[in-house]
Amino acid sequence: MSILIHKDTRLIVQGITGRDGGFHASKMQAYGTNIVGGTSPGKAGQEVFGIPVFNTVKDAVKETDANASIIFVPAAFAKDAMMEAADAGVKLIVCISEGIPTLDVVEAYRFIKDKGAQLIGPNCPGLISPEECLVGIMPAQIFKKGGTGVISRSGTLTYEVVYNLTAKGMGQSTAVGVGGDPVVGLYYQELLQMFQDDPETDSIALIGEIGGDAEERAAAFIKEHISKPIAVFIAGQQAPPGKQMGHAGAIISSGSGTAAEKIAAFESVGVPVAKEPSEIPDLLKKRS
Amino acid sequence: MKIHEYQAKEIFVHYGIPVNSGYLCHNMEDVIKTYEKMDRPLVVVKAQVLSGGRGKAGGVKLAKDEIELRKHTSNILGMNIKDYIVDRVLVAQAEDIAAEYYVSYVVDRSTKSTLLMLSKAGGVDIEEVARDTPEKIHKIPISPFVGVPDYLAREAAFLLFDDMAQVKQTAAILQKLYKLFVETDASLAEINPLILTPEGKVIAIDAKMTFDDNALYRHPKIAALFEPTEEEKKEQFAKGKGFSYVNLGGEIGCMVNGAGLAMATMDMIKLYGGNPANFLDIGGSSNPNKVIEAMKLLLSDKNVKVVLINIFGGITRCDDVANGLLEAFRLINTHIPIVIRLTGTNEKEGRALLSGTKFHVAETMGEATKKAVELIPAP
Repeated sequence: MSILIHKDTRLIVQGITGRDGGFHASKMQAYGTNIVGGTSPGKAGQEVFGIPVFNTVKDAVKETDANASIIFVPAAFAKDAMMEAADAGVKLIVCISEGIPTLDVVEAYRFIKDKGAQLIGPNCPGLISPEECLVGIMPAQIFKKGGTGVISRSGTLTYEVVYNLTAKGMGQSTAVGVGGDPVVGLYYQELLQMFQDDPETDSIALIGEIGGDAEERAAAFIKEHISKPIAVFIAGQQAPPGKQMGHAGAIISSGSGTAAEKIAAFESVGVPVAKEPSEIPDLLKKRS
Repeated sequence: MKIHEYQAKEIFVHYGIPVNSGYLCHNMEDVIKTYEKMDRPLVVVKAQVLSGGRGKAGGVKLAKDEIELRKHTSNILGMNIKDYIVDRVLVAQAEDIAAEYYVSYVVDRSTKSTLLMLSKAGGVDIEEVARDTPEKIHKIPISPFVGVPDYLAREAAFLLFDDMAQVKQTAAILQKLYKLFVETDASLAEINPLILTPEGKVIAIDAKMTFDDNALYRHPKIAALFEPTEEEKKEQFAKGKGFSYVNLGGEIGCMVNGAGLAMATMDMIKLYGGNPANFLDIGGSSNPNKVIEAMKLLLSDKNVKVVLINIFGGITRCDDVANGLLEAFRLINTHIPIVIRLTGTNEKEGRALLSGTKFHVAETMGEATKKAVELIPAP
């Protein structure tokens, strides 16, 4: 098994009539993801790439029994879209939209949690269980089915690492981009535990970056709970303090959140940290 | 986005949070005129800059008479505090202080909520308190759907005060500060210190606020307070073109698609013995116009001696990226050596298109970085 998304995932696309929503719906569908519907208020009855469009997520779920949703709506409407999905009973909500006000995410996250659903993102590339299901904007052709679970705060850096893994014959069970904002849904600890429990996953690559202390917390969690081999890369050693490095969450504030602290935290619990992204496959092979 | 103390205090006053009365002054004349209006002779003159550590830098001084006030004002105006030049000061009534406290609301990543932080250790650097005596800081996560009801405000206030009159004043401040925090989409609203006067009044004598950049679109009045530094102007300009740019001062300019890969690229440059000139994430597409704009931005930095372009071709295939780059560079005139590293979908085709051109083409990040460092001309 992979984690979170599988062959039986039934996906709806919120914002399917938009440019990004439509484009990526077609890509996901081509990859084999079972997209059962899309939503766009006022456009019920239309079709996008043969996918039926509904006015509301509630209608879409009622008609299609969808269990996952991916969101492509503009930032100003994303909180509402996330809450709509959770209220309609969707259990996995993946929000791709970028630039959402943090307090909107705080509210949506709490709402989703209270509904017993799970959030990935926002400001993320989504996730993929290779050769089973793609719920995101990742370039699917670089992934290969296999045993390495990938967790990352970044997009293209994940592709870089995955590309190296695939080139060395190491496929992936599931790769999850958790998102680059300060507040996002599922994070290292939850996903590490899922990979630990997943029989198909035999090793884990974790790609972190500056800002916050989630990597330090992950290192402590790994020490207590994770027995599978892990290798880490941390981006942003050269980042100056107080500057946001592209991602809203990638900022060293008041001297904390530096790459050096994060690297030290992993090394102190015996998790190897790659100097270059291309070292990850060898670090994992050595440990397994 | 940060604002000045005097601006934060104006917002506080608007929300009914008691602050010590003060006036913003731009020159000595203003300061002296203001002083004549003050009720009591003891005043504090405070540098207004968008940086912390003002006190440590000597930017905050007490004055008991006009002579002292003149002396401090002339020292502080024009002072350089962490590369910010002081061009205005706040002259405020100095309050007698019986005790100092710390109060803030902040967005907390790990609880994914707004956190109310309180401490009896106020008036000092809160990061030091957090590091050395974390038990002195109380943290209360706030539900976005409940906010800060009376009981919670009271509970929090009792952590600082025993006297019921003081608890009441503080509870009201905590509720108003939360309202302000949410309504302005702040990422930090901090009072350090919140003081108790000998008469038993609770007031904010400092105010610090930062706002969520992602939410500024719905707060035009706050967005209008933005005072960018020269560097931030450049970053702002880049943002308008759809880029994220940060100057780093080195000699190897880099252009990368994606923030994580861009950070990794600058780390690699350092690892291989060079210095990155910048962080530059040009985003997803390989549109030639975007490349042209990005090159203009890179080459406007006269320190740049080599340019390293690192592109992962995902949904946009490497051959398309290569064609985009070739098209862009037909219109860019530069003698600066350029290293291009393309990887991902159709990378071989992409590299083939670039071979035999003036570009230095590399396959791996290591190879590209090494090449870029080698190409730095000897001084």
